[in-house]
Amino acid sequence: MHFRWKRLGNEQTKTALLALLPSFIIFAAFTVYPIVYSLYLSFFNASLLSSNRTYVGLANYSNLLQNPTFQKAVENTLQYTIGVVPIGIALSLGTAVLLNNQLRFRSFFRASFFAPVVTSMVAVSIVWTWMLEPNYGLINNLLGLLGIAGPGWLTDPAWSMPSVILLSIWKNLGFNMVIFLAGLQNIPADIYESASLDGVTPFQKLRYITIPMMRGPIGFAFIVSMIKSMQVFGQIYVMTGGGPANSTMVVVYYLYQQAFEFYRSGYASAVAWVLFAAILVLTLIQNRLIKTEV
Amino acid sequence: MRIKKFVVYLVLFAMAIVMLIPFAWMVLSSFKEADEVFTYEMSWLPSTLTLSGYGRAFTEQPFLRYGLNSVFVSTIITIIQLITSVLAGYAFARLKFVGRNLVFMIYLAAMMIPSQATIIPSYILIRKAGLIDSYAGLTLPFLAGPFGAFMMRQFFLSMPESLEEAGIIDGCSRFQVLTKIILPLSKPALASLGLFTFMGAWNDFMWPLIIINRDSMRTLQVGLSLMRSDIYPDWPMMMAASVLATLPIMIAFLSAQKQFVESLTFTGVKY
Repeated sequence: MHFRWKRLGNEQTKTALLALLPSFIIFAAFTVYPIVYSLYLSFFNASLLSSNRTYVGLANYSNLLQNPTFQKAVENTLQYTIGVVPIGIALSLGTAVLLNNQLRFRSFFRASFFAPVVTSMVAVSIVWTWMLEPNYGLINNLLGLLGIAGPGWLTDPAWSMPSVILLSIWKNLGFNMVIFLAGLQNIPADIYESASLDGVTPFQKLRYITIPMMRGPIGFAFIVSMIKSMQVFGQIYVMTGGGPANSTMVVVYYLYQQAFEFYRSGYASAVAWVLFAAILVLTLIQNRLIKTEV
Repeated sequence: MRIKKFVVYLVLFAMAIVMLIPFAWMVLSSFKEADEVFTYEMSWLPSTLTLSGYGRAFTEQPFLRYGLNSVFVSTIITIIQLITSVLAGYAFARLKFVGRNLVFMIYLAAMMIPSQATIIPSYILIRKAGLIDSYAGLTLPFLAGPFGAFMMRQFFLSMPESLEEAGIIDGCSRFQVLTKIILPLSKPALASLGLFTFMGAWNDFMWPLIIINRDSMRTLQVGLSLMRSDIYPDWPMMMAASVLATLPIMIAFLSAQKQFVESLTFTGVKY
């Protein structure tokens, strides 16, 4: 009996290894090895195009932290995050609350709010570049009707980041909205009913019932949106290329430039690890939040 | 109560219009003549409905080639990622082997790693393998992923084990149990993961951007991003190209809206 169990165990191990192997090879080659290797590389002065490298210790990190362009990139990424996350979450929560009524056209509304989420970032960035075009674009034309001379949205350093933020809020609104819609469905309806009987106003309901009951989903949306914001790249690449005057230079665009335009793979790996560390901290906070919720 | 409902409808319709304007602007501009967009008197509707923007997307740019590359790459990634995820998920969920929990923990932890943090070594690896400008280079890193394995494992764990035991008693092999009993019951999870993977592959930008230099190997997203040109950009052509790059996912979304929303919220942890 004992012997047979052992054989069965061996058979299972063999099957398991075979089943796991394809996934594991790719996982090891393109996730585990790269994350370790990029840490190793970040201690070297290395070129992407040659295998020569010299050990420089922590020099990449100290250069990085003193580099004005990187500092600007961090500052802009924070600016972008602060611009996108709170407004985006407030808007999507508001939309979800409105949509959580007995409505006709509900699926039409949901589809129109969610459509930007499934569309490619490159395509919508090009469309927005055209809408924001200063002379012939839609937005300045509409502003013109109101007698306002719109700025050169993407060419004026003061307006480039707000423009990118606007696009990103529009693009992501639907994503948080459906997370909130799912959360709202978990709030028992009788709480609202008894509140209505007590003469509570809709605003008070939002403030004292909905938001406290939605702490979990709101916290989740905050962290996920912050992590996404730190990885912003596509819209920057298409719309501004980090400019004008570095006004939209963000961390991932900086990483892309250093690695794939200037071929400084060691230095860029240090950027990658700084980014990874920041995201790791956010993820750990998120896991904390999820645990305290349960 | 009536007034409240009215206000809700009003706000929602206003928001829906704002959300849809960029799509309307994209589609309407795509039917305009090349020089028609450069007039100070903007009009929403094209003066004459022309397909010349679409024509130029295919003749002046190898847009058909970009499209075929995208279809091919996204399909390959989706199919193989489904297979590797099912196999790995099944091993994690049902098979006992030494180190299972450890390997699974590593998979879980790896879901926190942003793709940008691994992109440099991945690029070096692909280049050393001589796979720059190849379909293998475009697809290899995405043929499996910790997220898919995790998702399938969770799904398999939610299924009653008694079904498989019955299969084994009836003399099925493990592989037959998987293909004949488990997979037919896993359609919802497979659809979710498939949709999510396809969309991610279709819309992916940074990896194809760095791994491809040859024009004929570019995907739609990369081709699209490079269309910006001189002082008088051909906006109708670019809008036509954007419509085409958006269309497949949009059609899939509109025909399976509920599935899409569920797939994306369920997979919300991964981006």
